[in-house]
Amino acid sequence: MSDSHPIIPGSGITGASDAYNIEGRETPETRPLIPLGQRYYAEEKPRMGFFTDTTVCIGCKACEVACKEWNNVPDVIGELTGQSYDNTSSLGANTWRHVAFIEQRKPIKMQQEAGLMTPGSEEDGEFRWLMSSDVCKHCTEAPCLDVCPTGSLFRTEFGTVVVQEDICNGCGYCVPACPFGVLDRRQEDGRVWKCTLCYDRQKDGLEPACAQACPTDSIQFGPLDELREKANGRLEMLHEAGVDDARLYGANEEEYGMGAFFLLLDDPEVYGLPPDPEVVTRKFKSLWGAAAVAAGALVAGVAAAFAGGAR
Amino acid sequence: MSDGRREPQPQISMTQQGGSLDGRGEVRPVPEEQVRSYYGRPVLKEPVWTWEIPWYFFTGGLAGASAPLALAADLAGNERLARSARFGALGGAMVSPVLLISDLGRPGRFFNMLRVIKPTSPMSLGTWVLSAFSGAAGLAATTDVLGIFPHARRFFEGVATLLGLPLATYTAVLVADTSVPVWHEARGELPLVFASGAAASAGACAAIFTPIEDAAPARRLAIGGAVAEIGATELMKHRLGKFLAEPYEKEAAGRYEKLATALSGAGAAVMTLAGRKSRAATVAGGAMILAGAAFERWSVFKAGFQSARDPKYTVFSQRERLHSRHRAEDEG
Ligand code: SF4
Repeated sequence: MSDSHPIIPGSGITGASDAYNIEGRETPETRPLIPLGQRYYAEEKPRMGFFTDTTVCIGCKACEVACKEWNNVPDVIGELTGQSYDNTSSLGANTWRHVAFIEQRKPIKMQQEAGLMTPGSEEDGEFRWLMSSDVCKHCTEAPCLDVCPTGSLFRTEFGTVVVQEDICNGCGYCVPACPFGVLDRRQEDGRVWKCTLCYDRQKDGLEPACAQACPTDSIQFGPLDELREKANGRLEMLHEAGVDDARLYGANEEEYGMGAFFLLLDDPEVYGLPPDPEVVTRKFKSLWGAAAVAAGALVAGVAAAFAGGAR
Repeated sequence: MSDGRREPQPQISMTQQGGSLDGRGEVRPVPEEQVRSYYGRPVLKEPVWTWEIPWYFFTGGLAGASAPLALAADLAGNERLARSARFGALGGAMVSPVLLISDLGRPGRFFNMLRVIKPTSPMSLGTWVLSAFSGAAGLAATTDVLGIFPHARRFFEGVATLLGLPLATYTAVLVADTSVPVWHEARGELPLVFASGAAASAGACAAIFTPIEDAAPARRLAIGGAVAEIGATELMKHRLGKFLAEPYEKEAAGRYEKLATALSGAGAAVMTLAGRKSRAATVAGGAMILAGAAFERWSVFKAGFQSARDPKYTVFSQRERLHSRHRAEDEG
């Protein structure tokens, strides 16, 4: 397991089995097939997801570690960035959970009122630390899944979005399609990798590794509708306590539905999240309409070239 | 952090300075000052595509637009021009798959592209279109060389034309169908840029390989395409607005775009002035137009990377969208 080179033993260019295709259990043919446009198996299983409550995140990175351990994600020893405690920088092929650290000159209201601030200089009192564990959003209408030309990305029976590594040919289309910069291609491997919401664990009725490892329950796993209810309750509680900064991100299906959503204490972009993500891939009319017009112009151009004579 | 000193960095610039945007009369903070981000890190991932892709945009366009040119010349009875265009289509169709496959992270798994037909994925549709086009263009050229089945040849030309039109334009949809702001927001104009570049390339290529007395329609297509390409690019930047057009004007994308405009313009001028009289001038002008079309694709390609790299393009355009949505909600 320590040798990170052939990342998953047995996975090769020939398309042999991988972590989510444990021998004897699943092949592309036996995997659940969800028709395009259908979001999840509402009838069979509830849609599962993450609620990441950043207000109780303590920045311990247990989620990052647990994720790597369970999913056998290669470790990349990078450099110290000097950007607070964040040395993983962003989500990517080898980082499926990423803890962001933001240092701000702003008091935390509840702590201040309860007298929990450590006494110190004036400046110290004006300091707060925002920490948030980011992850793939397992979008309701996932652009990555829409654009994938091989069908490697698929919607599981839990409503999550997973890459089938035995099918991915590394075309890279999903990388710029994702509005959150989640997916990336692994250089030495040629395929894209991302959070699977621990598909294999879920199949065995276990919660994802990160959620289990989280000591403060900042990461909560469960049926999405229950999580949303919980999150709304938590938000109300925070607002009553005077934490006006608190807001939910990705909890509203009307805006941009996410299977993994967040409770944040500042604008999304402060955490590196897009403030108004959109499902770019569902604009068929404006995308293909423009191409049809251009194709028509091309025909007209060729015809016009012959209008002045055949030679 | 090795020096043991850690200062809370105000990584977010909250200073708001007045400035005007777009000349829309509204005074809004200038983007750089207003945009907040996480240590200036990109929100999106830069594409992983390499040099093959912009060249494929070029060869695919050349092939795609050569097919209708071949059919039109054939129907008009200009056999020499038709043959040049047929070979343009075939050449482009032969190079394109090689470029596409070599860009894959796992080239050996190219055939996984053919396990599905996925209407939501322009790349899936494009792969099928290119595969079928290659067959049709190949058959058209083969029947021509062997001098057999003249009726079948025209049929293959017709098929190649029907597939060539999407082939010359779908690559614009492919890049527009991503979260990269300067691609997605240009979705209305990018296909026009690509289609006119394709027309220019097909015309130029056919004109180069056809004796001048038979090449007039190809020259006209090359000149018209080159001029349209310059116009479509300007239109695209205009529609994007000052802020989002910026990546097209900076760094590599900006340099390529200037080269593209200069080369296409000069090539069109040379071809207009001397193409009728001199084969050498046609070759020179055609080469410039081809280079211009290639540089234009490179410019679009690079601009996407540049805009993905800088969070301000993502964050600011989304903030603007939120603003206008909220304004509309307040009013209505
Ligand atoms: S967040 Fe990105 S990678 Fe995850 S499902 Fe959505 S589009 Fe796909």
